[in-house]
Amino acid sequence: MQESPVSTGMVRMPAGAYVPFSRGEKDPARVPVGAFLLDELPVTNGEFLEFVRATPKWRRSQVGSLFADSSYLANWGGDLELGPGAPADSPVVHVSWFAARAYARWEGKRLPTTAEWEFAAAAGYAGPDGRNEARFNSDLYAWFARPVPEVLPPVRTAKANYYGVRGLSGLVWEWVEDFNTAMVTGESRADSSADRNLYCAAGAVGVKDTGDYAAYMRMALRSSLRANNTTSSLGFRCARNLEPRTASTPWQRNSRS
Amino acid sequence: MNTRRILQLLAAAIAATFTTIRAYPAGEGAGGVVGPATLPPEVLAMPVEDAVLVAPPNVPPPITRNYPALVVVNLEVREVVKRLADGVEYTFWTFGGAVPGRFIRIREGDVVEFHLNNHPSSKLPHNIDLHAVIGPGGGAASAFTAPGHSSQFTFQALNPGLYVYHCATAPVPMHIGNGMYGMILVQPKDGMAPVDKEYYVMQGEFYTSGRFGEEGLQSFDMAKALDERPPYVVFNGAVGSLVGDRALTAKVGETVRIFFGVGGPNLVSSFHVIGEIFDKVYTEASLSHVEENVQTTLVPSGGAVVVEFKVKVPGTYILVDHSIVRAFNKGALGMLKVTGPENRIIYSGKEIDAVYLGSQAEEGSESAKREAELKSQIAAEIKSNPAIAGLTKDMQIEKGKQVFMGLCFACHQPDGKGLPGIFPPLAGSDFLQADHERAVRIVLKGLSGPVTVNGTTINSAMPPQEAVLTDAQIADVLTYVLNSWGNKGDAISTEQVKAIRNETH
Repeated sequence: MQESPVSTGMVRMPAGAYVPFSRGEKDPARVPVGAFLLDELPVTNGEFLEFVRATPKWRRSQVGSLFADSSYLANWGGDLELGPGAPADSPVVHVSWFAARAYARWEGKRLPTTAEWEFAAAAGYAGPDGRNEARFNSDLYAWFARPVPEVLPPVRTAKANYYGVRGLSGLVWEWVEDFNTAMVTGESRADSSADRNLYCAAGAVGVKDTGDYAAYMRMALRSSLRANNTTSSLGFRCARNLEPRTASTPWQRNSRS
Repeated sequence: MNTRRILQLLAAAIAATFTTIRAYPAGEGAGGVVGPATLPPEVLAMPVEDAVLVAPPNVPPPITRNYPALVVVNLEVREVVKRLADGVEYTFWTFGGAVPGRFIRIREGDVVEFHLNNHPSSKLPHNIDLHAVIGPGGGAASAFTAPGHSSQFTFQALNPGLYVYHCATAPVPMHIGNGMYGMILVQPKDGMAPVDKEYYVMQGEFYTSGRFGEEGLQSFDMAKALDERPPYVVFNGAVGSLVGDRALTAKVGETVRIFFGVGGPNLVSSFHVIGEIFDKVYTEASLSHVEENVQTTLVPSGGAVVVEFKVKVPGTYILVDHSIVRAFNKGALGMLKVTGPENRIIYSGKEIDAVYLGSQAEEGSESAKREAELKSQIAAEIKSNPAIAGLTKDMQIEKGKQVFMGLCFACHQPDGKGLPGIFPPLAGSDFLQADHERAVRIVLKGLSGPVTVNGTTINSAMPPQEAVLTDAQIADVLTYVLNSWGNKGDAISTEQVKAIRNETH
């Protein structure tokens, strides 16, 4: 038996639950998350370059507007050229949901779900719930206080959280598989209607400790996006189901071997 | 690629883009684009204008046309790092690159084609709620915009008035608290009376993780916002934004109109101009209702007022929130400098300064003995503490200047000359230079009662700063004061200040 090479660079996340910050009446208070594999780091420019080299239809000059808007890979030098605005070991940004999914499939992986991603991001440095960790919170909110830098820093600058996953905060926003089930309307104050039991941003923050409105901001960002959108601070990482390890597991094409 | 595959991809794409988003009313939001409104013939017949947008504290010129127009507004959202106070920076989220956002000026009956453009360098999505808009969210439901994208919606300005606008993206207190507010004036059909000067001022709080004056790039502190305990309450997005060479100006005899609003996010304002009376107040910015002869007007958070007054006498008039701590200790202070001929009947200035017998105890006498004891103690400590030698006097003067220009200047003035008869001068002050320990004690504990400075006696009160400034800040600011404007003195050490702070009676 051998470790599938696809899981190199991935962290094995334990089973757990995602406690949504905001939910509708009929939604569960806890969403169970099965054990899964999550990339340790977000996908980099270098890795995405390998992908577009292998799949010409995802190159900047080839991609259709239905799948990526006109800012797709805007910070790259060319179709196959990263240029100074996109260092090879910095997170890839200006990618749409369609492009992120295509990359994940090419690697034999998939995008994480919101529940999986938020479950991983709930952890601080020292334990599975970062809300009361002063150091973790100050790093997290410091990122919101800074503008987007012209050139993003390398992924290796990211700190590991309790699970060993790095850069879930402090680098870029990240696509998830079910981004469009986020619950924020354009009108953030109307979300607090009593019938639907949704939290208005201010009311919800009042309910819990001051430490966790970051989840609300991530939800707001996801709600503002359409599947073909790209932005200068939105990237992604991949996830994968755990597989039984057998000799006959197909060898998946991936760029990390 | 075969037909079946193309259809599969198309189906997936359509499904992904238009998946029903749970709990959306009327399907608005990122996926809820409903297409351009069909404009009726009377609107299509309107002339099309681009809105003129200028930086605060100025406003676009009055609209003089007496017919409605279709006004195109392009308002850009930018997240920018700017100065909040001397040595203090903040990442402001802005409409148009400044706080407050661009002043929009239209006329009752205009149809507005509004474009909200979120700059590609933005990290966050943003939207806008204009209080002049009648419709869901005041526009916010239709303007939710991801970074690097633009939203368009159309509204008609049915009601005249001066209205606040602000971002309404979750978490709303944070977006407003980072500077996302401005105003839109809907001029009444019959216009407004002409005035000589029009200015635009908005008050807002900033909830920084550090205390007032703490240097560096500050971040938003949600705990302070929830408790409504801001370190900063300022006009136009920064301490000193309307002070010194950025002050508003007018000439004697001119009528000044101030469009004043409160962005908040939380506090209301008791708006007052020291030395002036508002001849006219359009309370709560209702342009059809005027009150006359008002000293201080209450402006709600998310509300506005229009004030008008004719300036009659030269001088510097101070705009404040009369919840006065905010003006003197948190930055809610601006200036209107009026130049021109004096009128000594309306205001004469100090005519006579005479001796008045029957005053009480001289300053300092009760603690003179203790001062002598401490002097020798402190001198000994300075000699033996190497850390003091390490901090050069020049650094202290520079840091002290920042403290002075953030706090003390409000009374003692940037040139250290004070206000004659009210606040004593520090420049060339014999009282100050005679006794440095006493100066430290005054800054810490305050001082009330008569003081004689350079032969002039002033009877006023200086509030204590011991809870506001650290020992290091007090040492620095006094070093600055003792070495500026012609004053020549030593450095004051942090240890000296600490000893005086801890002294027991």
